[in-house]
Amino acid sequence: MKILVPVKQVASIDGDFTLDGAGELDPRALHWQANEWDAFSLEAALQLAESSSAGEGFEVVVVTVADEHGEEGLRACLAMGADRALRVWDPALAGVDDPLAIAAVLAAVARREDPGLILCGVQSSDSANAATGVALAGLLELPRVAVVTAIEQDGGGLTVQRELDGGAVEVLRLSLPALLTIQTGINEPRRANLRAIKLARSKPSATLALSDLDLDVSDVREVAGARTVRLLERGRGEGASMIEGPAEAIAGRIVELVTRELRA
Amino acid sequence: MSGGVLVLGEIGDDGLRPSTLELIAAGLELADGGAGRVAVALIGADAPAHVQAVSVAGVEEVILAAPERERFEAHVWEAALGALIEARRPAVVLAGHTADSLGFAPAVAARLRLGFASDVTWVAWEQGGPLARRGAYGERLIAELDFPAKETVLLLLRPGACGARADADAGAGGTGASARISRVELDLDGVARTERIELREAPAGEVDIAKADFLLSIGRGVGGGERIGELERLARLMGATLSGSGPLVEAGLLSRARKVGQSGRTVAPRVYLALGISGAAPHVAGMSKARTIIAVNSDPGARIFDVAHYGAVADLFEVAAELERQLS
Ligand SMILES: Cc1cc2nc3c(=O)[nH]c(=O)nc-3n(C[C@H](O)[C@H](O)[C@H](O)COP(=O)(O)OP(=O)(O)OC[C@H]3O[C@@H](n4cnc5c(N)ncnc54)[C@H](O)[C@@H]3O)c2cc1C
Ligand SMILES: Nc1ncnc2c1ncn2[C@@H]1O[C@H](COP(=O)(O)O)[C@@H](O)[C@H]1O
Repeated sequence: MKILVPVKQVASIDGDFTLDGAGELDPRALHWQANEWDAFSLEAALQLAESSSAGEGFEVVVVTVADEHGEEGLRACLAMGADRALRVWDPALAGVDDPLAIAAVLAAVARREDPGLILCGVQSSDSANAATGVALAGLLELPRVAVVTAIEQDGGGLTVQRELDGGAVEVLRLSLPALLTIQTGINEPRRANLRAIKLARSKPSATLALSDLDLDVSDVREVAGARTVRLLERGRGEGASMIEGPAEAIAGRIVELVTRELRA
Repeated sequence: MSGGVLVLGEIGDDGLRPSTLELIAAGLELADGGAGRVAVALIGADAPAHVQAVSVAGVEEVILAAPERERFEAHVWEAALGALIEARRPAVVLAGHTADSLGFAPAVAARLRLGFASDVTWVAWEQGGPLARRGAYGERLIAELDFPAKETVLLLLRPGACGARADADAGAGGTGASARISRVELDLDGVARTERIELREAPAGEVDIAKADFLLSIGRGVGGGERIGELERLARLMGATLSGSGPLVEAGLLSRARKVGQSGRTVAPRVYLALGISGAAPHVAGMSKARTIIAVNSDPGARIFDVAHYGAVADLFEVAAELERQLS
C-alpha cells in the first residue's frame, strides 16, 4: 500500500518586521521550518509501514506544494524514513496559501499516485487553517476522520480515535482508501541519524509543475476560498499591563497580585 | 432563500453547544449590515428539541434536517450541509471552528467551490459581501480576506471571538416567538462512511482543575521536563493547583486531567498564572474567562499577553526561583 503524506514548510516571523502601507510583509522577515503536525503524520505513516506483517509492501511518499523553501523539509522527511518525495511548484502559485487551492493541487497529485491512505496534519502552525486535509478528502470523495489521536490497522480498514472538544474521544472504524488528519502527541516522531541523512540523498525526489498534473494556474486560483486583501498588525488595545524590572521585582509584584486577588 | 445568512447550529453528545448562540449573534450582525435574513439549520434527530433555544429575536427561520441521524457523523453532515446550501443558496454560512466542523465543512467548501475561511475572529458585511479576519504567521499578524465572485461563503468562526451580542440577546435562550420552522428532506441513506464504536468521556482524573481558585499553569517554555519538579514545588508553596498546555500532556509531563484548552478543560479561576505558555487559540479557549491572568513569557510578542491582565517578559525559571525565595 502507498501512503501519501502532504507536508508543509511553515513561515514564522521571529524578530522585528514591518508592514508596508499596502499591508504587505517583506518576505525577508520570514523564517522557514517544518510544520509541527507533519512530523507526527509522517511518523504515523512510517509506523504503519513497519508494523505491516511481511508480504504487503508499503511505500511512504511525502509531497509538498512549495517553492524551493520546501526542499529542506522534504529532505528531512526522507531522512526520517519516507521512501520518495514530490514537490509541486509553479511560479504562478507564489503567495497562494489557501487551503482549498492547495487541496486542489494535492488532489491532482493523489489522483496520479493513487494512495491507499493519506495522512495530513490537523493544521499548519503558520496559518492554522485546519482545513486542507478534509478539503482534499472532499475533492477525492474519500472517507476521512479529522483530529486523530490513535490509529490501528483493522482487517482491511482502520480503527482510529478522534479527539473531541472538551477531551472526550470517539473511536471510529472506516475502510480504505481514506484520509486522516493527525494530531500532535499521537506518537513520538523519530529523529534522523547521520546515516539516514546521508542515505536520504540517494532517495528518489521529483519536482512537478502544474502542467505535469494537467492543472492550470487559473483552475487553482479559481478554487481558492479567499483572497487576502491586506495584512494588519494585531490590535493590542487591551493588552496586559506589563511588569518591568528584574526577576526579583516581577516575583514581588506577582505575590502582591495573587494575594490581593485571592483575598478579594 | 437565496442570499441571507445560514447559521449551522452545533449539537453535541451534550446538547446544543453554546457557540451556536454566538454564531447566531454574528449572523444577526451581518444581517444588520445588509446581508439579508438569518436562518438557523439544525441537523440530526435531536434538532427539534433545540428549536426554542435558537429562535432568538431576528432569526426568521429554523430549518430541520436529517431526522434519522442520532448523532454526528462527518460524511452525513457534509452531505446535509451541501444539500442545504444548494437548496437555499445563502450568501454566508456560519459554523463554528470546532472539532466536529473541521471534519466536514472544508470538504463542503472544496466540493461546491465556495468562498471559505476557517478560524475567523472577525466578520462584517461590507460593500455587498462578507469581509473576514483571521490570524496569519502564527497569529503574529491578522489577514483580512474577501471572497470575490463567490455566491456563497462558508466561514468557520472561532468560538468566543465573534458575535459580541451573544450574551445580551441570545444568552438567555430564544423565545420561539417569530421563527418559522421548516423541514428539508434529504436523502442521506448510505452516506455515512465511519462507524462509531465507542465514545470515551474525558477521564475524571486525580484532580478537578476547573474547581481551583488559583492555577499555576505551565507550557512548553519549561523545556524537556527536567525542571518540572521546581514548578510542582512552587505550586505547592503558593497554594496553587498545577495545570498546563496540551504539549506537556502529550509529552507525558502532566496528566490529561490537568490540560487546559479546547480539547482539555475550560477553567475560570480567580488567578491564572501562565508560565511559558504562548497563548495559542486552542489554549486561550480554555482560560480566557479567568478573572486575573498573569503571564510570564520570554517573548515580548507572545499572544498570551493579549489576553493577560498582567504580563512580564522574563525567564520563567528566574521568576520561579525568586517566587520560591520570597515565599519560603
Ligand atoms: C484541534 C486542536 C486542539 C488543541 N487543544 C489544545 C488544548 O486543549 N490545550 C492546549 O494547550 N493546546 C491545544 N492545542 C495545541 C495548541 O495549538 C498549541 O500547540 C499549544 O497550546 C502550545 O502550547 P505552549 O504554549 O505550551 O507551547 P508553545 O506554543 O511552544 O509556547 C511556549 C512558550 O514558552 C515561551 N518560553 C520558552 N522558554 C521560556 C522561558 N525560559 N521562560 C519564559 N518563557 C519561555 C516561548 O516564548 C513560547 O511563547 C490544540 C491544537 C489543535 C489543533
Ligand atoms: N503547501 C502544502 N503542501 C503540502 N501539504 C500541505 C500544504 N499546506 C497544508 N498542507 C497539509 O495540510 C495540513 C493542514 O494544514 P492547514 O489546513 O493549512 O492548517 C498540513 O499539516 C499538511 O499535511
